[in-house]
Amino acid sequence: MPIEIPPGLILIVAGLLLPFVPYLLRAALLLIAPLLTLWLIWQVPDGAVLRVDFLDLSWMFPKDAKVDPKAFDLILVQGDKLSRLFATVFAFMAFGGGLYSLTQKNVTELAAAFCYAGSAIGVVFAGDILTVFIFWELMALGSTLVIWCGGQAASGAAGIRYVCIHLLGGVLLMAGIMDYIIATQSLAFGVGAIHQILGLDRPGTWLILAGFLINAGAPPLSAWLPDAYPEASYTGMVFLSAFTTKTAVYVLIRGYPGFDILIWLGVFMIFYGIVYALLENDMRRILAYSIINQVGFMVTGVGIAGSSNPEFNALALNGAASHAFTHIIYKALLLMSAGSVLLMTGKRKCTDLGGLFQSMPLTMICGTIGALAISSFPFTSGFVSKSMISASAGEQHLAFVWFALMAASAGVFLHAGIKFPWFVFFQKDSGLRPPDPPWHMRMAMLLFAAACIGIGVWPEPLYALLPYEVKYVPYTAAHVVEMFQLLLFSGLAFFVLLKLMKRTLTLSLDLDWFYRVFGVWLSAAIVSAGRIVGRAIGAGITRGGGRLIRGLFRHHGPEGILARTWHTSSMAGWIAVLLGVYLLTFFL
Amino acid sequence: MAEHFPVLIVLLPLIAAPLCVALRHGGGTWLLATLATWGSFAISIALLAQVLEDGTIKYQLGNWVAPWGIEYVVDELNAYILLVVTAIASVIMPFAARSVPAEMGQRGVYLFYTMYLLCLSGLLGMTVTGDAFNVFVFLEISSLSSYALISLGRNRKALHAAYQYLVLGTIGATFFLIGVGLLYLMTGTLNMADLAARIDKVEDSRIIYTAFGFIVLGIGLKLAVFPLHAWLPNAYTYAPSVVSIFLAGTATKVSLYLLLRFIYSVFGHSFTFDKVVAGPLILVLAVAAIVICSLVAVWQRNIKRILAFSSVAQIGYMLLGVSLGTVMGLQATLLHIFNHAMMKAGLFLACGCILYRVGSMKLVDLQGVGRRMPWTMMAFTLCGLSLIGVPLTAGFISKWYLVTATLERGWWAAAVLIVLASLLALVYVGKVVQAAFFKEPETGVVNLAEVREAPLSLLIPTWILVFANLYFGIETDISADIAGQAAKQLIGASR
Repeated sequence: MPIEIPPGLILIVAGLLLPFVPYLLRAALLLIAPLLTLWLIWQVPDGAVLRVDFLDLSWMFPKDAKVDPKAFDLILVQGDKLSRLFATVFAFMAFGGGLYSLTQKNVTELAAAFCYAGSAIGVVFAGDILTVFIFWELMALGSTLVIWCGGQAASGAAGIRYVCIHLLGGVLLMAGIMDYIIATQSLAFGVGAIHQILGLDRPGTWLILAGFLINAGAPPLSAWLPDAYPEASYTGMVFLSAFTTKTAVYVLIRGYPGFDILIWLGVFMIFYGIVYALLENDMRRILAYSIINQVGFMVTGVGIAGSSNPEFNALALNGAASHAFTHIIYKALLLMSAGSVLLMTGKRKCTDLGGLFQSMPLTMICGTIGALAISSFPFTSGFVSKSMISASAGEQHLAFVWFALMAASAGVFLHAGIKFPWFVFFQKDSGLRPPDPPWHMRMAMLLFAAACIGIGVWPEPLYALLPYEVKYVPYTAAHVVEMFQLLLFSGLAFFVLLKLMKRTLTLSLDLDWFYRVFGVWLSAAIVSAGRIVGRAIGAGITRGGGRLIRGLFRHHGPEGILARTWHTSSMAGWIAVLLGVYLLTFFL
Repeated sequence: MAEHFPVLIVLLPLIAAPLCVALRHGGGTWLLATLATWGSFAISIALLAQVLEDGTIKYQLGNWVAPWGIEYVVDELNAYILLVVTAIASVIMPFAARSVPAEMGQRGVYLFYTMYLLCLSGLLGMTVTGDAFNVFVFLEISSLSSYALISLGRNRKALHAAYQYLVLGTIGATFFLIGVGLLYLMTGTLNMADLAARIDKVEDSRIIYTAFGFIVLGIGLKLAVFPLHAWLPNAYTYAPSVVSIFLAGTATKVSLYLLLRFIYSVFGHSFTFDKVVAGPLILVLAVAAIVICSLVAVWQRNIKRILAFSSVAQIGYMLLGVSLGTVMGLQATLLHIFNHAMMKAGLFLACGCILYRVGSMKLVDLQGVGRRMPWTMMAFTLCGLSLIGVPLTAGFISKWYLVTATLERGWWAAAVLIVLASLLALVYVGKVVQAAFFKEPETGVVNLAEVREAPLSLLIPTWILVFANLYFGIETDISADIAGQAAKQLIGASR
């Protein structure tokens, strides 16, 4: 039986209900709505399920263009394996996040987070580009609200910067969509690679790509992510880490598979994430940079799917998709453990933390499992997904990419695999002795830790979900040995260079400095320049404009002739005038 | 039974009205009026389904064969209008249960429902009949009862407003009657279909031109075409809440229907647009209405007056669609009839909630009311977004079709004007929203601290219309498709 409602809608409705229900019902809603969504996701069959006749755009084209009006239907739900894969992990994430946030007092944040998750599921089931856009913008709104609910000193300003960047992305995307519609005379999305349909010389190709990439955290605007996410609350960042960047990966897989420019962007993101994470002192900013780094792997995976051999392409896209799947889980796990530390100690900086393993053993173990998974340690989920991307690069003999990916794997282990657990849970004793977080947070962490190891040990169920058939075997002796060598040597390097790794209270500059400091200075300069020029030119205009407004007000204002209550005779006079004018026109 | 639907839809409220006088009991009359209204609504749905299935329905009253007897004709167009009118009337009935006694006192309740039912049956009768003189009869029934309804307002200015409306409405009805009389003089018939067939031979005579002028101006007055709109702002402002909602959602819509019926079905497309060249004339009045009345609304200080002037401006949008003289333009007009009925009724419902709790409609008294009545003001905001034409609301759909229709004719300036006028709507809706949510209460006559959220029986009808605005902003199958069919049928059948 095809389901007639978009699965994401369940989460959105649940989110909107959350603020209005009592505590117990809220807890039930937080847990049941994602499960119900998950069930619905698996009822969605292949192909377009829910079509809505929205706007007929055929007038935009010449009369003889023979445009099919059906091509402008909105397809709210369209299923295939890739959609269900992403939707599944989004729903799972909503469940885990809901469990983790059972006692979050700020209900607005949870409501926003659920709407945000529901919109993300809406994006992955969208069968046309306009529906993608609609849910895309809903996501931006939901996530901004989550950041604003962060309750930290910088949350408000960070949220403003975040929403500005995303609205910019939305505008670029919309402009690109317009060009796409004009070029293809259809709204269809995912019928082929956009850069091939439109060609490289149409602006639509680049505008849509830019809109997608801004959400992926690609350069040059990567900085919004580590700027905004760490300002969310201890639960908020768990939600934030999952959806925005991963829907961007999803739309890239659908829209730009094999677009070679993505390879270089991806590689850049990988190293950008590593370098900044190594320089960082704030534990949640480390993890934020590592999101960019990990998304870089996926973007590279999408980029290398353009070879002449479809088998390698399938391997690369499978790798990107499955890496998104596993990354959501282990990044959420890492952020849950970081969130627990933040909740119990109120501290975020590595220099303030340390030695927590004594009193928070469970948080430490779960955090370490997440750290191993992100480093793609064998028998964890990261290993079975990331290795597909590098394998595809290797099969295609893209030597530079392959070396970059290998070097980066070591780098990931340095910044996220060892640095995060070492500085937070071990190193010097900070004297803090907080207990483990409440039971439901522990349950959520255990659930996600189990998922990390489960997928790592039994990758087959995940492989069965992937969009293309999987022939890849992760556990060969060569792979495992290679990975262990890599990890052991980089681990060795970490402890040898421990002195250099120790963070002091420093700030690292990123491109966001330009719009945070330089931008503010520039806008102030423009404003004051504008003020001077404006005074000169504007005096005349304001005088004229003021006269115009005053004139309008004199006639249209409350006391004006057009707004006053007319005398009955003048109203009757008007009908006589109109009749007279009409009759005169036809009788003379 | 089903073959009598065209007459039953009118008879149901017409018979219930005198029963209300006999009953006299407040709650009882409400129940009776509600049942009659909902009954009409159910019949209008059945009629629409029937028309879409089998085509035009003709009903001979008392089995007197047309053109001698009176004939009721239901095609896509009037089935659609019937649906709009009865739907709005049905939504406000639960609201009336609480609002009417509060504003008019227990003792006046039965009189209110009597007048209301008469007004409803008049509007439905005007819509359903195929006889030009019968239109006049029902026009008078609905007009007389609406004068009485407006005069029930508790502000003393309501009496003056009703009186003005009475004088002007009578002039309008007289004009209409003179026009119909001239037509009868030339053709010897009153049946619309018959008129249309006979007008052909005599349409070059000056008398037909004169008849056209009288009829269009007569209807134009009831429709509140700029500059014949001056009775409307006061009537809407000082009438009781339920009356404002009802009239804003239905009365002008039926008048517009009448205009379309006479332009297309009686006089014919080619007579109206090629011989009289009414297109540019209507366009000028439409543009004047849109620009001037939107500007006036911006500076008003009473919410109901803002909405009233905005209604005149919105009538301008509908006439703009008519003036195009194309199927798409007509479709846009019909769509806007439907959508505007929803948004304006929703806005006036929210005003009714405010009046019920605060007792004032002045912007100054309502500063900060959004914090006291969040649900009411949220509903106002959402319907206001629809009025502006924000995407994903019904208002966007009508603006979209209207802009599309103007572009199809190549009227770029009109398209730009529509978009710019939407900005004016943004200003006047924004003014209310800003006062309600972002301004601190003024210490004045009204003590906002004691104001509570409106009761559920008032909020639920309001939110039904809010959701309708959102629903029809996404799902356009029903509204746009039927409007499109009706437009095609009307122009197709026209000469």
